Amino acid sequence: MTLENLLILSAALFSIGIYGVLSNRNFISIIMSLELIFNSLVIAAVAFSRFILPFGILDDGDIHSSTLRNALSGHMFGIFIIAVAATEAALALALVFALSRVNNNLNIENVSEMRE
Amino acid sequence: MNLNDLKLLSPEIFLSLSSLFLLVLSLSKVDAKKIINLSIISLIITILLVCNLWFGWLFEPSTKNSLLGSFTSDKFSLFFKLLILLASLITVFGSFQYFISERTKNYFGEFISLIFLSVVGMMLLVSSTELITIYVSLELSALPIIVLLSIHRSKLGIESGIKFFILSAFSSAILLYGFIYLYGLTGSTNLLLIQEYISKMSLTEGSTFIKYGLIVSIVLIIAGFSFKMAIVPWQMWIPDVYQGAPTPVAAFLSVASKSSAFAVIIRIFYTSFSNEDLMLDWSLIFAVLAAITMTLGNLFALNQKNIKRLLGYSTIAQAGYILIGLAAIPGTNSINFSGIQGSMYYLAGYLFTNMSIFIVITIIITRTKDETIDGLSGFIKISPVYSIILLVGLLSLIGMPPTVGFMSKVIIFGFAINSGYPWLALVGVVNSVLAAFYYLRIIRFIVFEEPPKDKLTQVHLLRNNRTILAGAICSILVLLLGIIPFILLEMSKKAINFI
Repeated sequence: MTLENLLILSAALFSIGIYGVLSNRNFISIIMSLELIFNSLVIAAVAFSRFILPFGILDDGDIHSSTLRNALSGHMFGIFIIAVAATEAALALALVFALSRVNNNLNIENVSEMRE
Repeated sequence: MNLNDLKLLSPEIFLSLSSLFLLVLSLSKVDAKKIINLSIISLIITILLVCNLWFGWLFEPSTKNSLLGSFTSDKFSLFFKLLILLASLITVFGSFQYFISERTKNYFGEFISLIFLSVVGMMLLVSSTELITIYVSLELSALPIIVLLSIHRSKLGIESGIKFFILSAFSSAILLYGFIYLYGLTGSTNLLLIQEYISKMSLTEGSTFIKYGLIVSIVLIIAGFSFKMAIVPWQMWIPDVYQGAPTPVAAFLSVASKSSAFAVIIRIFYTSFSNEDLMLDWSLIFAVLAAITMTLGNLFALNQKNIKRLLGYSTIAQAGYILIGLAAIPGTNSINFSGIQGSMYYLAGYLFTNMSIFIVITIIITRTKDETIDGLSGFIKISPVYSIILLVGLLSLIGMPPTVGFMSKVIIFGFAINSGYPWLALVGVVNSVLAAFYYLRIIRFIVFEEPPKDKLTQVHLLRNNRTILAGAICSILVLLLGIIPFILLEMSKKAINFI
């Protein structure tokens, strides 16, 4: 498993997610596509953090605490992305309820009253 | 977390605690007026705490950085915190009539508390010097706004909330992609360390690949932040969201959210990407985006009927002018960041200009439920005081001489010419003429048209002392800062010593 493989996987998931957001008409599908995008970002962050560490050791001869911290900040990035994505999902579900009360369905083509 | 961290974070801690306290208090049977007064007092205390960190009245923190170098409280961030807090203070103070109106009075506590939480997010955003902190505080500032947009559960409100939610999540994903590639290229999430690695890298062999990688992440970061700044590829949400939003939220969004995004993008680009080769690259991106943004914003605003929609497009055009300051980097030899100074002056002037317009519009729409520009016809006969506040704001947006709008345009176009973008200044001047067309149309309706008969009976309903006070202070500041620009320029000069 090399860094390139993981980055290609992450880029592919990112693109699939963007396609999902742009092409879907159902609000819940859009939320799921957004989650896919965030998960692809977690993969990229963790992959970078896994492959940065060896370079840090080679540069300094031994592991400095700052090198370790920099390498681990990719993992922290992943954890924070997951946490924020969960918050966004909670908010999105509240919007789903509000939308279904107003419209009786979740098709976002019906929420386009404001346009030019 | 030691005592020094507590000192540096004191405004944020106080504001988040008071937000929670107000939320609980609004559930009790305490009078609404008292709670709104309490929220105004707590905002004023927060402003005093920020001023205390600037001047060092009560206590002087030993260092400017805290939380492992991810939070810094220098004068640059304090300047923007002051702007954001003033914007929210004017919003809460001027919208008193709105909070106690029939529609909002059941959940005004949540309303104020969510505005405070968003302000906390923006204050952390302008202070953060590390990518993860920037991302988390960006979301903290955006998520309460989604709730605020659809708080009335009206059809338009939910529509604007959904549009804002999808685009905000989408743009923050793109921003994160840029952040993660930046982390992957440099191996650090700290902005200062990133700058160190970039300057080391460009000396070594094989730097072309890294340079292209950096440019990709720069483009992604600009794309992600341009959602918040209302710059061209991501400007289409602005008019829709402004039209559907409760008017105080639109006012808050137009000034506070934009200032915080500009602050953080200035910090990232002037800290991490301050390499001279890179500077030339991104300054050109900003220059082109600025030209497109102001032209598109002004062109779309020309035939708008809805006043909130028109102000949305005008916000886009103003964002273009502010972006000129970011494009105007200093020449290769001299290190003086005057372009940013112009942007900061413009943002401060824009704060008072826009706020004075929005609080008057808020009270008109709360009363008359009429959002069209025709609804303002003959308004000077209905309510002269509000009309004068509106007129001063609109003249400042056009850029008429005694106001702050004129001064900030002069300063920012001057910087554009100095830094080698004379065509950008030319586009800006042409756009100012274009913008005068639709602002003057509103002024024509207010001053020269006859008011409809039924409107005259509502005169007594419109009067509200707090709104008049807030609007009058804004108008006076618009005139004062235009005549005496040196105080603000001096402040922004002190603030940009963060590098």
